Formats: sequence, structure tokens, C-alpha cells
Amino acid sequence: MANWDWQVFCKNTIDGEVVSSCFGSGGDITYLDWMLSAWGWTAAVALFSLAVALVFGSLMGILRTTPSRGLVFLGNAWTELFRNIPLLVQIMLWYHVLPTLIPALKDVPSFLLVVAALGLFTSARISEQVRAGIQSLPRGQSMAALAIGFTLPQTYRYVLLPMAFRIIIPPLTSESMNIVKNSSVAFAVSISELTLFALQAQEETSRGIEIYLGVTALYFITAFAINRVLHFIEQRVQVPGLIAAGGK
Amino acid sequence: MNTKSIFSAALIVAALAATPALAQDSGTLKKIKDSGSATMGVRESSGGLSFTLGDGKFAGFHVDLCERVLADIRKQLGMSQMNIKFQPVTSQNRIPLMQNGTIDIECGSTTNNAARQKDVAFAVTTFVEEVRIAVKANSGITSIGQLNGRNVATTTGTTSVQLLRKHERANGVDFKEVFGKDHADSFLLLESGRADAFVMDSQILAGLIAKSKTPGDYKIVGEILNVEPINIMMRKDDPAFKKAVDDSLIKLMKSGEIAKIYDKWFMQPIPPANVRIGLPASEATRAAWANPNDKPAEDYAKK
Repeated sequence: MANWDWQVFCKNTIDGEVVSSCFGSGGDITYLDWMLSAWGWTAAVALFSLAVALVFGSLMGILRTTPSRGLVFLGNAWTELFRNIPLLVQIMLWYHVLPTLIPALKDVPSFLLVVAALGLFTSARISEQVRAGIQSLPRGQSMAALAIGFTLPQTYRYVLLPMAFRIIIPPLTSESMNIVKNSSVAFAVSISELTLFALQAQEETSRGIEIYLGVTALYFITAFAINRVLHFIEQRVQVPGLIAAGGK
Repeated sequence: MNTKSIFSAALIVAALAATPALAQDSGTLKKIKDSGSATMGVRESSGGLSFTLGDGKFAGFHVDLCERVLADIRKQLGMSQMNIKFQPVTSQNRIPLMQNGTIDIECGSTTNNAARQKDVAFAVTTFVEEVRIAVKANSGITSIGQLNGRNVATTTGTTSVQLLRKHERANGVDFKEVFGKDHADSFLLLESGRADAFVMDSQILAGLIAKSKTPGDYKIVGEILNVEPINIMMRKDDPAFKKAVDDSLIKLMKSGEIAKIYDKWFMQPIPPANVRIGLPASEATRAAWANPNDKPAEDYAKK
């Protein structure tokens, strides 16, 4: 369709009339207001899930490199469980299946369920990266640390993790950007985020192309902003001469 | 990314935007005659109106009507045979696919409203949808007034979402809306108790209840929240084709044949599961058959 109609974003969501300021007032909202609030939901789902994913992913990744067989098994089982089930299926399990087994979950807001589902799904992928990062270090590093009297936790804290995390910043960047895009599955459990907005607003306005272009731009901006932030962190924490982390 | 690549990307976008919709001067009748085939846009799952039987086969009230219409057109054009192709469409792509010529006639569940009449044309109204409320039979809910502050399910990407919003605004009530990703999902919300009511087109509600594990546990209650004409859709500005389709449909309406076809899809058991939807033709639907017209939804709302 050659005839764009960008005014669609300025329309009131109740009566479809164009509002001159493009922002609603007095309880009325325009499609632009709605899209920005949807952007907020997308960002909230993505950031909370990322926090969950980093905590559990790092923990499980570390467990998988410890000398204890039991801990390695726990970490491996966790990773395989969450990465072998499709994301949308996991969301449905959290939302529809688990509450029938544990009735208390019925009252948990769907936002928390989706953060748990997306966070744990991504934690499996981060766990794999953390494990790879630690195992890429020469074995002599941890042996030397233990030999000079560090305990195992101290070895991880002061020797292994500072290097491993620097090494895995590039894949972590991709994963953080993925979480923004994967957050679109939240529409399936009634989170009013960008994808739900797009599906709904294009139906109401019959202006799907403009709506989807707007939503695409916001997804791109969000993912790209995360890319820039992590790139900044990568440069700030780089140690000259350290393997892989240097670059130049 | 350098400036040059951004510039060329912008050029591509501009070129795409500038491409005009496929020329429509030839007319659909000529297209059908020249190609010896017609492409019918159909839905995978639109209740008894249009649904898949699997294996690339489609059926339903509107599909049935379209097959009869196309048979009439075949005779009118003096063609010995016509190859009818099915093209599944969604509510997102049905209008673009109609405009670019991928489909010639859409036989699904498209609401005829003023906004869409700017882009496409509609045949005379063959079905009038009423939006109503499905609840659990033992819930004691009998009216939308009782839903204030309760969880109300509906499906993302349907006009019912907007309808609920307007209702809240107009009556100062507050629903806790839960959006299912499709109708089956919304029904699951009602079934599992996450929602107290499911607001949707009555033929979809009736179909979902009929197919549920325990149809006796649910009922459709309350006032009619909205009335929308559901029409067979065609390309805009093609009066010859519209006349051919309308004439054929009006013939079915005048002879009373359309009521029998309706009965077949909404009152008798239908494939693939052989359940019956059990939704008699509404007052408004029968009025549309008695006085064939293609008025948009806005005209129904005024009444």
C-alpha cells in the first residue's frame, strides 16, 4: 500500500478520532500512548527476565565446572531441562499447567510467571556460556589458585570468574538482545506488550503496516540500546593483554 | 553501519512503499475467465463459517455459499470448468492479499465496517454476528453488569477487545481483562477459572462450548453486546464481479435455500468432529436475508 497514514498513532482508542496533540487526556488514550506503555511492558519483561537469567545462569554454569559430581549433575539437569523445551510451551506450562498442580500459583500475576519462564529458559543458555567461559581458561589457573591456599569459592571469585565473564561478554550481549525479542511471547499470557499491541491495534485500525513498522522500530531501538550498553561495559572492563577480551 | 548502507536501505524501503497496488483494471471476472480458475480466501478456524478439514480442504457456511456463487459465475461466463483454489488467510493478511490479487473472493469471517469499505468491497450480508458472554452455567452470572471487577477473557486481535474498552468507558465499570492468544486459549481461561466470562462472537462461543469436554457446564447469557455483519469480501471497484456475486446470493436468499444451507452448518453435526454448533439463525441474520444489503457495522450500531 503506497498510501501511508501515520495519523493512525494519534487516534483515540475509544472513538477512533484523531487527537491533535497525539497524546490522550482525561483518561482517554491514543494508540501512541498505548504503544509507549506496551514498550514499557516489553522493557520490564525483558529486564526482569534478564536479571533472573543472569543469576540462575551464572550459578548453574559455575556448578557445572565444580569438582563435585552432584553439583555438576544439578547444573547439567537444569540446563537440559530448560533448553530442550520450546519457549512458548514453557510459558503455557507455567500459565496453564502448573497452576492446576499448585493452586496457589493461580493468584500469581501473569507478569511474574512470564518473567520466571523467560528468565529460566534464558538461564539455561547463559549457564552454557558461563561454563564454556570457565572451561576455556587453562586448568593451571585454578590449580595455581588452590595451591597458594585459596578456597574453592575464593578461586572462583578472584581468579576464574573475573576472566571468564570478560571472555563471554560478546555471547552474553547476543543473549540479552534475544531476551528482548523473546519477550514477545508474553502476549500469549495477556501481558499488554508490543506484540499484543500490534495484533490488537492493527485489527482495530486496519492500519497494520504502519503499526508493525512502529513496533519494529521500538524492538530495534530496545535491542540496539542493550547492545550499546554491553559494548560500553565490554570496553570499560577490558584488561589489556587478557586473552580474547582485548581485541586491540 | 556506514551512511551508504543506511542510504541504500532507505531507498529500498522507499521503492517498496512507492510500488502501487497491482493494477485492477482487468476485473475479476476477466481474470477468472482467462485463467480458468478462481482463488478463494478461507479461514483455518472461524467456527461454522469457514474452517479446515485438513488435507487442504475447507468447508463451512461461507465456503459453501462461495462454491455456489462461483458455480453460477462459471455458467455466466460460459466456462466448461473452473478450478477453485483455496488460500488460507488470517485476519492480518486477508485485506492485503485481496488487494494484491492473491485471492479473488474471501469466504471467512470478515466484519463489514466502514474502515474496511475504503479498501475492499463486500457482498450482501449473509450472516449477522452477535457478541455475547459465555460463562460457567453454575456461576450465577446473567448480565454484563455483574462482571464489574471480575476477570473477563477475550481474544487478542478481535474487535471484542475494543468493544469491552468502549463499554467500560461508557458505563464507568472496570473489567480485569485477560487476553487469550486465540479462541481456544481464551476458552481455556474460562474453563480453568482464570476468567469468569468470555466475551466473543456467539457463533464462536457456541462452537467452542459444543466441542468442550462438558458442554453442559457452560452457557451463553446476557444482552447482545454488539451486532456486526459478516460478509463475503471482494476487491473494491469491480462492479461487474460484485453484481455477479450479489445476484447469486440474492437468488439463494429469495428461494429460501440459504436457510437450508445455514441449517446444514449451524444446526446439524459438522465435520471433522461431528459435533453440532446448535446456533439458530438470529433475528438480525434473518432480517439481512429478507432485505439483502451490504450496510457496514456502523449502520447496525445506530439502531
